[in-house]
Amino acid sequence: MATRALVDAFRKLDPRTQFRNPVMFVVFVCSVLTTLLWVQALAGHGEAPTGFIFWVTLWLWFTLLFANFAEALAEGRGKAQADALRGSRRDVAAKKLSAPRQDAQIVFTPSSELRSGHHVLVEAGDIVPGDGEIVVGAASVDESAITGESAPVIREAGGDRSAVTGGTRVLSDWLVVRITSNPGESFLDRMISMVEGASRRKTPNEIALTILLAKFTLIFLLACATLLPYSIYSVQAAGSGNPITLTVLVALLVCLIPTTIGALLSAIGIAGMDRMIRANVIATSGRAVEAAGDVDVLLLDKTGTITLGNRQAVAFHAAPGIEERELAEAADLASRADETPEGRSIVALAEARFSLHGRRRDKDATFVPFTAQTRMSGVDVGTRHIRKGAIDAVERYLEGQDSHMPPLVRRMAEDVARRGATPLIVVDGALTLGVIELKDIVKDGIKERFAEMRRMGIRTVMITGDNPLTAAAIAAEAGVDDFLAEATPETKLKLIRDMQAENRLVAMCGDGTNDAPALAQADVAVAMNSGTQAAKEAGNMVDLDSNPTKLIEVVGIGKQMLITRGALTTFSIANDIAKYFAIIPAAFATTYPALNALNVMHLATPQSAILSAVIFNALIIIFLIPLALKGVAYRALGAAALLRRNLLVYGLGGIVAPFVGIKLIDMLLVLLGLA
Amino acid sequence: MTTNDFLQIGLYLVVLLALVKPMGHYMALVFADEPNRVTRFGAGAERLLYRLAGIRSGEDMGWKRYAMAMLVFNVAGVAFVYLLQRTQQWLPLNPQHFAAVAPDSAMNTAVSFVTNTNWQGYAGESTMSYLTQALGLAVQNFLSAATGIAVLIAVVRGFARRGAAAVGNFWVDVTRATLYVLLPFSIVIALLLVSQGVVQNVAPYLDVATLEHGRQTLPMGPAASQVAIKMLGTNGGGFFNANSAHPFENPTPFSNFVEMIAIFLIPGALCCTFGRMVGDRRQGWAILATMLVIFVPLAVGLVAAEQAGNPALHGLAVDAHATALQSGGNMEGKETRFGIASSGLFAAITTAASCGAVNAMHDSLTPLGGLVPMWLMQLGEVVFGGVGSGLYGMLAFAVVAVFIAGLMVGRTPEYLGKKIEAHEMKMASLAVLVPCALVVVCTAVAVMVPAGVAGVANPGAHGFSEILYAVSSASNNNGSAFGGLSANTPFWNVLLAICMFLARFPLAIAMLAMAGSLAAKGHVPPSAGTLPTHTPLFVTLLTCVVIVVGALTFLPALALGPIVEHLTSLTGH
Repeated sequence: MATRALVDAFRKLDPRTQFRNPVMFVVFVCSVLTTLLWVQALAGHGEAPTGFIFWVTLWLWFTLLFANFAEALAEGRGKAQADALRGSRRDVAAKKLSAPRQDAQIVFTPSSELRSGHHVLVEAGDIVPGDGEIVVGAASVDESAITGESAPVIREAGGDRSAVTGGTRVLSDWLVVRITSNPGESFLDRMISMVEGASRRKTPNEIALTILLAKFTLIFLLACATLLPYSIYSVQAAGSGNPITLTVLVALLVCLIPTTIGALLSAIGIAGMDRMIRANVIATSGRAVEAAGDVDVLLLDKTGTITLGNRQAVAFHAAPGIEERELAEAADLASRADETPEGRSIVALAEARFSLHGRRRDKDATFVPFTAQTRMSGVDVGTRHIRKGAIDAVERYLEGQDSHMPPLVRRMAEDVARRGATPLIVVDGALTLGVIELKDIVKDGIKERFAEMRRMGIRTVMITGDNPLTAAAIAAEAGVDDFLAEATPETKLKLIRDMQAENRLVAMCGDGTNDAPALAQADVAVAMNSGTQAAKEAGNMVDLDSNPTKLIEVVGIGKQMLITRGALTTFSIANDIAKYFAIIPAAFATTYPALNALNVMHLATPQSAILSAVIFNALIIIFLIPLALKGVAYRALGAAALLRRNLLVYGLGGIVAPFVGIKLIDMLLVLLGLA
Repeated sequence: MTTNDFLQIGLYLVVLLALVKPMGHYMALVFADEPNRVTRFGAGAERLLYRLAGIRSGEDMGWKRYAMAMLVFNVAGVAFVYLLQRTQQWLPLNPQHFAAVAPDSAMNTAVSFVTNTNWQGYAGESTMSYLTQALGLAVQNFLSAATGIAVLIAVVRGFARRGAAAVGNFWVDVTRATLYVLLPFSIVIALLLVSQGVVQNVAPYLDVATLEHGRQTLPMGPAASQVAIKMLGTNGGGFFNANSAHPFENPTPFSNFVEMIAIFLIPGALCCTFGRMVGDRRQGWAILATMLVIFVPLAVGLVAAEQAGNPALHGLAVDAHATALQSGGNMEGKETRFGIASSGLFAAITTAASCGAVNAMHDSLTPLGGLVPMWLMQLGEVVFGGVGSGLYGMLAFAVVAVFIAGLMVGRTPEYLGKKIEAHEMKMASLAVLVPCALVVVCTAVAVMVPAGVAGVANPGAHGFSEILYAVSSASNNNGSAFGGLSANTPFWNVLLAICMFLARFPLAIAMLAMAGSLAAKGHVPPSAGTLPTHTPLFVTLLTCVVIVVGALTFLPALALGPIVEHLTSLTGH
């Protein structure tokens, strides 16, 4: 990769490429100028010793090459990944269907000719020919080409797992897929162009920073260019010495303009995108990555993000006059055929508490599944009608039985809810048996992450369909700042709009089609790769791992990118102080020898002083490439603490480092006899 | 430095700090959007003025309209002052029968007074009629200061307003700045000065017999009224050629103290006004603290350099120590009634603010002592600076500082709840760049052409300092003169007029453009992740940005002027 970057470094010397970066373009022009001066010196009309001009020229070209190398190195990583992705974008013969049915007529069509709206059949062993939505069927799919995850995933028609991505492979069964993207616009295509940096545009902060750097470059250009007339005047006034040479002026200019940040600026941006990709998040633009650093509010779904996916039964609370064992037995019976995680956890709890294990299922038992109308499930065993459900659903059921819930049970259920758990009431006909306590399990370590967020000034809001009481309890347990209970797609969207009206930047993640409007509205929207096509289209990032907690990492990467830019800008400008002390006394040594008092580093000769500064200026780029690619170490601290730290390291460090570096290079030059 | 030096500087700072808070609060009321007890007081006078001038005072202007009004008003001012000077021989109140002012000098003077620079290539008492002084120069003293305040207030509104399309009404702001701030306070100051012996009359010049039986002509005129506004409005154009060194402009140590306070009063108080108007007073104090952190060490350094005297004389049998009978140090070019501390402090104040009045010859300062005023101007006149213009210049630096620091905390930078983006960066960069560019480029022009070099009085590095000082003064709208340079020539008059004009208006328009885009933005509520801009850390950062930009741009030039001069004098040449 380094060799490839080295070749690219030379290729990037093209003036058209250089022109895009104002700082480095100035260096480019300067290098050409000194090269001409060197040629002039070779011809015997040199304004300074030929050797001196040669060394300055050489290091100016090195400065440019180092900058190009940094950028090429950053791009290299993306290129390697893009090549791998391109490998999976083979043109396959798709089984195009005349109608969206498995048994419809098949026409073999190259995948490159598929258009949005076509239907294809994908059978075991086939590669999915394009992005699409499953219309019929279910299959296990190997998505490792996209996600790098080798375990196959289940994709099926309907629901939130209905999207398939072109380039993935169906392992078993078959699917009828409606293609949703035209050639060249698929997810894979977008991913390739993203990692390759082909569609990389300057982000808003990058543009603002480029303006600032251009301003500094212009100031120094004027300050250096005008030194020539000043110097000519001073020589006349002092009556001694020679005016400053162009070579020295150029050296001074290149040392003063912010070449360090100018050289590394694009590498930082590319590396930031690259860090995202390595975190398995694909961002649709650099702008989205940058916005992640600005996020003020994080909206997090409760289930799967803050709590483990499933609620678990943790206790039985028997009604007055009922044995706990009796309640447990009834609950166990009602849940035997209930394959939901909650149902299974009730069976498990009953077994653990009363060893009900091994009781076979009654043959005449009829399982009553959960429906949206009754909002209860249960079992009919002979004359017994056992039902379990939420308070209001059960209450309605009891009314139908001319019965009512004992007030004590109602109180017990409310107590459970207040603790953040979910009460399930169990009844047997008209008789209320008691309450099952289902509890959300908050993920390990999530509370600490939220505390970290708070220190960074980011508010966390939990989104849940639970009632406010339950939501409040879980919110308190998880340590989020706020919560939205009984959330619907509409209330979610409204919450985001309200936050944005207060000029807060909102980040959220989601996977379902009903998340799509909120994802489209949020400033940073991470869609889960496992989610629907609609969600992926609406978001501006896709998490290939489908891990909702990733949002927190995404924010960190965004911030790190901005911090790295700021730190290197500060470092670059702070460097100038030492360079002045090296070059100013050297530049006017013949006119005003008294200025040598400013040579605080005691550099050997005027020429070694100037050369040392130029070499330091070039080498520091190489030294800082790892920092630019890795990013400045980011800590979740408040802004004030972060600023103090970074100012100390990169501001003060930037002032001190070149004094040491230039002195060392000067000593080395003396040692090598180049001084 | 003597105890007396420290006491004088300390006393000055204490009195200044005691005055800025009430003054700042008062100005916040003057420029408030809602009517209040202050604006109700003068509502009648305001209404009358608006009716006479045909101004729709209710109109809220977008930044472009505001900038256009400002530009038209000021260009008209240049034309008026120019014509007045060219026709003064036919106009009344010219008892000395002065002829018309030469075209280049008249143009230079017109631009100079309209841009609040008040560079004077002419000698007032031998050039300008009383009418020109009173109707042209004194009026512009008020209006240029009011323009500066108005532009600043529009910029502050840009930060304070949310989702707004307009930044205020230029005519109302200028009227209020004059009516409520400049007029009443300059009347108070004029009376204080008259009590000390500053002249205020329209009498012909006096011909008096001196003690040595010689004859002397003593110039007269309405000096006190003009001196008051020249200080309060950081104008600095002297009624007499000797400016505040003249005993009729600045007769006593007390009048000197009053004049020094008057220079910093409005620029300092506007920081408090700014804090109040953006709804967070700490922001104003932070800016004021930054100004003081830069100003105090430089002022102390200047006085110390003067008190230390000329290093070249140290080896000789010269007693330069301060004793009960002598001030010690370098007294060349200073008035004995002021001494070293009051002259040094005055020099620092008048160049930190863009006043430019002088009570001593800056050309005669020691090399390091002379470096301080020069560098204070080159910093962009943002350390107090001109009334209004100093603070908006400083806010441009604050935007740059916030941008660099904001990146370092990992967020899109915000200042006072407004996101700083490419447009703001462009305008802030322009505001910082223009004066810097003017100084280095125009100095280069001046040293390259014979007409520029011709005016230089001293050879060597000091001659270079004289040129650099003059261009720095004009390019930052300061107007003080180093002296030594004969600048009333067509070349210098034209070059400096260009500097003065370009330093004033493009910068003000850039800041108004920034205000327009800021006003349209919403307010981002602060969080723990927001960079606090009222802390000592931010003050340090802002100080560094101002100094580093100033130092990095001008160090090479300064090295060829005052620095080498100092180093050479150390070696005894």
